[in-house]
Amino acid sequence: MSKPRFALAVLAFGYAFLYLPIVLVMGYSFNESKLVTVWSGFSFKWWRALLENEDMLAAAWLSLQIALTSATLAALLGLAAGYVLARVPSFFGRTLFGSLVIAPMVMPEVVMGISMLLLFVGANQLIDGPPFGFLTIAIAHTTFSLAFVAIVVQARLADFDRSLEEAAMDLGATPWVTFLTVTLPLIAPAIGSGWLLAFTLSLDDLIMTQFVAGAQSQTLPMLVYSKVRLGVDPQINVLATIVVCVAATALIISGRLTRRR
Amino acid sequence: MSSKTSLRAVIAVPYAWLAVFFLLPFALVLAIALGTNDPDSVPPVALGFSLENFARLFTDKLYVAAWLSSLRIAAVSTLGCLLLGYPMAYAIARATPARRPLLLMLVVLPFWTSFLIRVYAWIGLLSENGMLNQFLRWSGLSDHPGTILGTEWAVHLGIIYAYLPFMVLPLYATLEKLDVSLLEAASDLGAKPIAAFLTVTLPLSLPGIVAGCLLVFIPAVGEFVIPDLLGGTRTLMIGKVLWDEFFTNSDWPLASAVAICLLVLLVGPIALFQRQQAKSLERAE
Repeated sequence: MSKPRFALAVLAFGYAFLYLPIVLVMGYSFNESKLVTVWSGFSFKWWRALLENEDMLAAAWLSLQIALTSATLAALLGLAAGYVLARVPSFFGRTLFGSLVIAPMVMPEVVMGISMLLLFVGANQLIDGPPFGFLTIAIAHTTFSLAFVAIVVQARLADFDRSLEEAAMDLGATPWVTFLTVTLPLIAPAIGSGWLLAFTLSLDDLIMTQFVAGAQSQTLPMLVYSKVRLGVDPQINVLATIVVCVAATALIISGRLTRRR
Repeated sequence: MSSKTSLRAVIAVPYAWLAVFFLLPFALVLAIALGTNDPDSVPPVALGFSLENFARLFTDKLYVAAWLSSLRIAAVSTLGCLLLGYPMAYAIARATPARRPLLLMLVVLPFWTSFLIRVYAWIGLLSENGMLNQFLRWSGLSDHPGTILGTEWAVHLGIIYAYLPFMVLPLYATLEKLDVSLLEAASDLGAKPIAAFLTVTLPLSLPGIVAGCLLVFIPAVGEFVIPDLLGGTRTLMIGKVLWDEFFTNSDWPLASAVAICLLVLLVGPIALFQRQQAKSLERAE
């Protein structure tokens, strides 16, 4: 077969397209000038400003707590959902269940945002809770990220050697013991990378959060959004640099987890 | 606990979660959409049964224009994603197996960074005195370049940029599994490379094309952040209409009606996506 030169050229162009904007933003985080489009010298000024920005730090802390909570919940629920989809061929309402698991992946976020807000408003009128803020945001994030965990777990279980489970059962292990000692360790990497995905999605979510956050809470994306609406901001460039570095690290860890089969 | 009861619990817990937090809310959205706006009460809704909100969405010129331009922008951007993503996925699938994980990781990495920040990165590039225009002036390619920021072009660019990984991954998954001997057979039988591509590779990668296009098109129709930050005031998209009706005008019933219509519009593509997903998992088994 001839070398697909055209495809290679497009590949190079595609990577340039993907990375050039990010690299420029990262570079300009070291720019002395407040004018983001003029380079006036190297400086850590905006790094210092960001690290002393208490609103930003408080928002980041809240986002981190929400992400840890919702990713853990999503991992547990997604594990159950993925297991059911892969291993339980028929039960009452299985088709609906499959749709409910996958639909949040592609559902426009504005639709999910308004629907969850209306649910919480209704719940507050009926049972006086949950309070808007941490809890409502965490529930919203769990709901939409559990789909991603379920897909990863389901895919892992689909190409899984079932003879190991059968061997454990033949040797007298109960289904629970088999699950805990054989299945779970083998699919743990998939759960781990699903957790990381859920964590990242939560940390990054703006739209659903804006709908369900209530008046008191502000997550990091909400704060970033309120700033970037006004145009380019050097402190956001610094934040972008940090986010890209953290994401690259997380991805490398996740890659290691899933490759170690 | 017997294994039957525990299996029931494993089914029931995620089922109940999704029913309460995903399915039930849509019923509420429908109920609110049938109500009317009542600015004096908290929340600002008077329940009722009126189709007035839906009628407005399909008669008011502004809303009709927003529907049409959402569909157009999403379709054009999806096509752009496909034209860029297909050769990329093809090149990755044809690379040596040792190189593929790195090449794939480079496509996925931006997806793991903040969506908001990736969209933001284009503001500094595309604004009037942004880096692109500075480059055009400096290089002498254009003395008075136009401004892309605030136009539909910027929205297309933003969507292609943000959603490219969703296109490349499913395409790669089908292209990687493609049996190269089929291509060899085609060329042995005298097919030129282009003919072999059109008659063998392209049809066999169709599931990947469909999955990738749906993964881009469906969320792009309801996109809010990209038209809001890059499209300026002239770009109309339905996700932005929903947001503005809700947050700026506090018209909850109208925003709910937009959500219901968006859902009805996308239910076909979403169902198609689910069927594809189920089929590809069956094949994996």
